[in-house]
Amino acid sequence: MHPSIPLFPEQASTMAARVDNLYFFMVATSAFFAVLVTLLVIAFAIRFRRRSPDGVGEPIHGSLALELIWTGIPFVIAMVMFVWGASVYFALARMPDEALDIYAVGKQWMWKFQHREGQREINELHVPVNTPVRVIMTSEDVLHDLYFPSFRTKTDAIPGRYTQLWFTATDVGTYHIFCAEYCGTRHSGMIGRVVVMPQNEYEAWLGGAATEGTLAQRGEKLFTQFACVTCHRADAAARGPLLNGVFGHAVALTNGNSVIADAAYVRESILNPTAKVVAGFAPIMPTFQGQVTEEQLLALTEYIKSLPTLQQVPGAQAAPPPTAPAPPK
Amino acid sequence: MTTSDAATAVMPARHYLNEQRGIRSWLLTTDHKRIGLLYLFSITAFFFLGGFFALLIRLQLLSPEGALMTSDVYNRMFTMHGVIMVFFFLIPSIPATLGNFLIPIMIGAKDLAFPRINLLSWYIYVLAGLFALASLVLGGVDTGWTFYTPFSTSFSNTPVVTAGLGVFIAGFSSILTGLNFIVTIHRMRAPGMTWFRLPLFVWAHYATSLIMVLGTPVVAITVLLLAFERVLRVGIFDPSIGGDPVLFQHLFWFYSHPAVYIMVLPGMGVMSELVASGARKNVFGYSFVAFSSLAIAIIGFLVWGHHMFVAGQTVYAGLVFSILTYLVGVPSAVKTFNWTATLYKGSISYDTPTLYAFGFLGLFLVGGLTGLFLAAIGLDIHLTDTYFVVAHFHYIMVGGTLMAYLGGLHFWWPKITGRLYPEGWAKLSALVVFIGFNLTFFPQFIVGYLGMPRRYAMYPPEFQLFNVMSTAGASILGFGYLLPMIYLTWAWFYGKPAGNNPWGSKGLEWETTSPPPTFNFDRTPVVTEATHAYGHPEEVKVA
Repeated sequence: MHPSIPLFPEQASTMAARVDNLYFFMVATSAFFAVLVTLLVIAFAIRFRRRSPDGVGEPIHGSLALELIWTGIPFVIAMVMFVWGASVYFALARMPDEALDIYAVGKQWMWKFQHREGQREINELHVPVNTPVRVIMTSEDVLHDLYFPSFRTKTDAIPGRYTQLWFTATDVGTYHIFCAEYCGTRHSGMIGRVVVMPQNEYEAWLGGAATEGTLAQRGEKLFTQFACVTCHRADAAARGPLLNGVFGHAVALTNGNSVIADAAYVRESILNPTAKVVAGFAPIMPTFQGQVTEEQLLALTEYIKSLPTLQQVPGAQAAPPPTAPAPPK
Repeated sequence: MTTSDAATAVMPARHYLNEQRGIRSWLLTTDHKRIGLLYLFSITAFFFLGGFFALLIRLQLLSPEGALMTSDVYNRMFTMHGVIMVFFFLIPSIPATLGNFLIPIMIGAKDLAFPRINLLSWYIYVLAGLFALASLVLGGVDTGWTFYTPFSTSFSNTPVVTAGLGVFIAGFSSILTGLNFIVTIHRMRAPGMTWFRLPLFVWAHYATSLIMVLGTPVVAITVLLLAFERVLRVGIFDPSIGGDPVLFQHLFWFYSHPAVYIMVLPGMGVMSELVASGARKNVFGYSFVAFSSLAIAIIGFLVWGHHMFVAGQTVYAGLVFSILTYLVGVPSAVKTFNWTATLYKGSISYDTPTLYAFGFLGLFLVGGLTGLFLAAIGLDIHLTDTYFVVAHFHYIMVGGTLMAYLGGLHFWWPKITGRLYPEGWAKLSALVVFIGFNLTFFPQFIVGYLGMPRRYAMYPPEFQLFNVMSTAGASILGFGYLLPMIYLTWAWFYGKPAGNNPWGSKGLEWETTSPPPTFNFDRTPVVTEATHAYGHPEEVKVA
């Protein structure tokens, strides 16, 4: 796959060529100015070399016109670069409307990937070709950064919050995954590979090895295991809001505000339940900080997301039928 | 060396070096020139210590599996390399040595405004340096010079607080130096030394001092907060105890990005002097060069977020920081064009300082232009945290600042010591440094674009070729740095007397003896013309 001395990584995503084109433009512009200034310096140094020990230069003091030109031209070029860079950035930062969601948790010193269908992998990520993939990530400990050089994208995995990136792989093959944010002893060992497969092989791979059920099913088990179900229920004994149909919709809070119940809100409500209490309920839920891992949080979130909408859900406002879930923050 | 009086020059009978003798006269001196030399000795020691770590880093990366040490040791190496080079060499380098020595002379003053505070700042620096060395003796720190949280506060098992205190204390040395310069430049200029007759070296230091005084307290506070969290477990940055790790990055870069300009602005100041003297010509567009320093200092405070394009910043914040970063690039381009234009119709010497100035121009050009790559967010997403960034900032800080520092040392060494160094060796060193530098750092742009992340003790084998080139270059570079160390020291004792003005240059520092008397001038000079006014005075008008 590599020529003998590669100068660029493979272009293996829909964004790779766009990023590279910007890079080539930058290289060309920079080379032009670097060569221009270098040639001028060399030409002047030869043409105006000191010919006698007492020689002095001509007193030329400057030129407003020249100053304006060489302030103006770099400014215009800089703005072209800014706009071009920003447009590529918009494309990288805007998540696709329909994407295959995969969860990632960074942990000293490994990447754990979780497919919604249940497959879990470490330092290896299988994805289908020509399919938009969104990776939603967090970190269990320190800062990490999930970097796919062949897809020209990366994002920090930050403990305590969710970040995300997307790519659409265009070529079947195996590519590097790096941790790009220094994270301690085995930072340089926190690498892996992303395996891009044809769609049908990916389906087969998903159904291949035995799993403990889908991510939502694991979340359901945890929902019972952590006894969430004793309060979050539909009957009169409920001391917490019923969670059906809540995900992705506005929730009224005791303080009069409302919040969109996204992954970040679900996570916060489990770890720091009194931060934003749903209207009509007492702040009695205990914290699960330290008892539930980031991966379990993702499973619980996925379970809550999967719950069918019921009519007249307590605590939720009159909700429209679920559409695309709000992106996690 | 080119003027006729050099052949007959003798050392002056009395000067700042021989007026008083003995170790006490140095340790208790309030002479800005001697304090400049105290700084020179101490930062040179730190430079070679940091350089030694750099050499070990490069040796490790000769082989993909890591040729020399474990990951843990490697992590300490690059951290201590960064901490020492940034806080104990680059930040004080030009201001504390050449700035200290030259600013009072250049403006026709006897000393800085606060000579005792100047000495105090050196002692504070030494104290800070002891903390840095203590952290080294205790095993070294492994957080990276950026001390990112929560790794530094909750995970690292190394003496983070000791090194952090070193950085905290060193900051005060920097603040006092900046304060001293600002007051001196405002209050102590000789008669006739108007603001627009100031050498551009002084303008650059004025801008630098503003950043030192306004920015350094922020890093001091940040490091203190880090220590609070690490020692007392107050939740500030670690999310598991209620903090926010990205807050640390905001605070850290609010200082540490302007700190880049603390490092490079004085280099630009040196550059203006070297170009003007090398071409025997006033700098083209003086006021544009002067004000571009101030523009860089001011806009430089507003670009810190470009270090955090992938750190969960909003899209809008990213856009604002990107456009501001492009704006700060414009004054740097203006300076570069003005230096180039200065050469036009000059009388250009090929003396060592001019060679270093050419070297600076070439390397700073590459460093500055690759900064444009990183300011384009869409491209930065791919490039950030790779070797592309490593190469970029080394081109600025080492290619720019260090070339200027060495060029300046060569230019003013005859003034500082009163003696000439061997010109042939010096020219060789300029050439070796330039070649070694490019061989070390240019391949890192390519390996960075290929995706090699920074701070990797081991790497995939396809990156090896570029790393081997880099290591080969580093060996040449190391040799290039040892050379001046040897022949400049030799010249101090055995060089031929330089005479007052070996370069035939303009400027107050060349009107006094070499070395200067303790109070710089026998009579307070009166300034009647613009800086570097060669040719006929009546033709001289400031642009």
